[in-house]
Amino acid sequence: MLSITNIHASIEGKQILNGINLSIQAGEIHAIMGPNGSGKSTLAAVLAGREQYEVTEGAVTFLQKDLLEMSPEDRAREGVFLAFQYPVEIPGVSTTNFIKAAVNEKRKYRGEEPLDAVSFMKLMKEKMAMLRIDQSLLSRSINEGFSGGEKKRNEIFQMAMLEPKLMILDEMDSGLDIDALRIVANGINKLRNENNAILIITHYQRLLDYLQPDFVHVLYNGRIVRSGTKELAMELEENGYDFIKEEANLITAE
Amino acid sequence: MMNLSDFKDHFEQLQTENPESPIAQIRLEGFHAFDKAGLPTKRNEEWKYTDIGKLFNNEYRFVADISDSSLTSTDVDAIRLPGHLEANEIVFVNGRFMPVLSKFRSPQGQLTVLPLEDAARGIYKEMVREHLGCSSAYIKDGIHALNTSFINGGVFIYIPKEQELNHPLYIYHISDARQYNILSQPRSLIYIERNTKVQLVETFSTIGTSECFTNQVMEVVVHNNAVVEYYKIQNETANASQVSTTHIRQTGRSYVHAVTVTLNGGMIRNNMNVVMEAAGNEAHLFGLYILNGHTHLDNHTLVDNVKPNCFSNELYKGILDNETIGVFNGKIMVRPDAQKTNAYQTNKNILLSDDATINTKPQLEIFADDVKCSHGCTVGQLDENALFYLRARGIPKSDAQELLLKAFALDILDQIKPELLRGYIEQLITERLSVNKK
Repeated sequence: MLSITNIHASIEGKQILNGINLSIQAGEIHAIMGPNGSGKSTLAAVLAGREQYEVTEGAVTFLQKDLLEMSPEDRAREGVFLAFQYPVEIPGVSTTNFIKAAVNEKRKYRGEEPLDAVSFMKLMKEKMAMLRIDQSLLSRSINEGFSGGEKKRNEIFQMAMLEPKLMILDEMDSGLDIDALRIVANGINKLRNENNAILIITHYQRLLDYLQPDFVHVLYNGRIVRSGTKELAMELEENGYDFIKEEANLITAE
Repeated sequence: MMNLSDFKDHFEQLQTENPESPIAQIRLEGFHAFDKAGLPTKRNEEWKYTDIGKLFNNEYRFVADISDSSLTSTDVDAIRLPGHLEANEIVFVNGRFMPVLSKFRSPQGQLTVLPLEDAARGIYKEMVREHLGCSSAYIKDGIHALNTSFINGGVFIYIPKEQELNHPLYIYHISDARQYNILSQPRSLIYIERNTKVQLVETFSTIGTSECFTNQVMEVVVHNNAVVEYYKIQNETANASQVSTTHIRQTGRSYVHAVTVTLNGGMIRNNMNVVMEAAGNEAHLFGLYILNGHTHLDNHTLVDNVKPNCFSNELYKGILDNETIGVFNGKIMVRPDAQKTNAYQTNKNILLSDDATINTKPQLEIFADDVKCSHGCTVGQLDENALFYLRARGIPKSDAQELLLKAFALDILDQIKPELLRGYIEQLITERLSVNKK
């Protein structure tokens, strides 16, 4: 589904990613872990098409298409979804209208008719029930005055409505208490199937307890320095990132 | 190019034609003030960013020089605002109140509208004497004095006590610039008695493509327990410039809600003054400007807290594109007696172009010690994070920009309470913002 080859990226002349290779197949869950500043969120932003980041080298193909050539909106319509670490508050834009516009943009892109009001409401109700989202959340402006947990649930709700193929979860667990985390994780689990894939970006093991990744990668200094299964995440949880850093620094020194 | 002697000639002609006019004395005082002050230049602090003098490089016809405009009611139809079927419509053409083009729907006893000169003679003469020209104590520049020098064909509007006006008052300032460059100087005095409720809507239109300059002054007196909504809609063409002064005296404990919307025009200066002359007054002033092309807009506001326990809140928001220039100068005065004043002020701007300019300045002059005043201003670009968030959900960049700009304007739009008017402005804004798409 997604193939990242030797990606280098920088922001304002500062090199952040130094050659990342990663391949994700449909049905898989990958987790990217790593210390602060290792480039995790940069990778998410590069995949979603954030223009401040400049890709200086490498390629990304998504479903056989060149992802880097696409605008952020086209990536979304192709099925890439970035759940933001910090969902943006947008006063004055209603959440419902926004999601409706997003859903219909995607349908238009695929040559489908826009959903009429009734079908849209039906779809909303169905997803709201599935994720146990309250109607009042959706009648407000986008994320305005939402708590951290509400913001993350709104991200998952949008994800449910848009049914993306690749879900990138950037620090989904930050700012969530243990109950909110469980609700969000359950929501994500309900959305996964054999046709989609999830890329989880996280500091901590705790979200992975719920989501059970097939692969865990450790990012450090803009490179994947180690890949493994979910046992790697447990090892990191126990020992911290220091042993990874030491290893990586040794290699660089050599 | 117009010079002082042109004005003098016209002024003397006006005075000679109407030697018995009850307005003659106030005009004379106006002309002395004009003669002394001259036209403002950029050296005048109040006009630092707005070179109004250059408008007088054009040669304008004075209204007295031309025969009355041939505008008909059908011509006016083209510019009526939504909701007009339910409104009292007061029409000025080239600065003169035109009773034949005006329409009154409120029953007698709820509303009186008279030519200013007639009011100054009859039973309202004390009101006119006391209040006409009260804004001159606040605005001492030559432009304002010029209007006063040429008060002619103005209007007096009277709302008797205990009246809730079901029909709003629409005031149209029309310039007939089909043949000549026109200098219009409309003048109005509105006297609102106690226990009343009034909606005022004022708008400006130019018919024709010659240069037109409207120098307009409205003075409003608001008594105890009156609720006044005032809307100023400016959506002119580039050949139309104006100085528009609204001077509101809250002489009784009352409530004022004012919204100024500016979308188009040449050079525009608004003076929005509220004088809190009674304890416990409340005023809300809003402004929304969405400018493109070469429009120059200068919003000057003044809230003068004379008495204690008054509340004022002011929010002006603007979106500037192309080579537009914006000015916001918000003055709050708190006099020594005005303890327990609450006065707030905010000005927020989004610049869409590298060539657009905004000059924003709060000006607080506080002479009482127990007050709460705040001010703040922001100048920025469209929020990149919000833009990316919307795009990352599949919304095209241009639509995302439009959504965000509309959202920015929304809280002012929501202050336009008459539904039809709000819908109309919303439509104008939507059209404008889709033009602004890049």
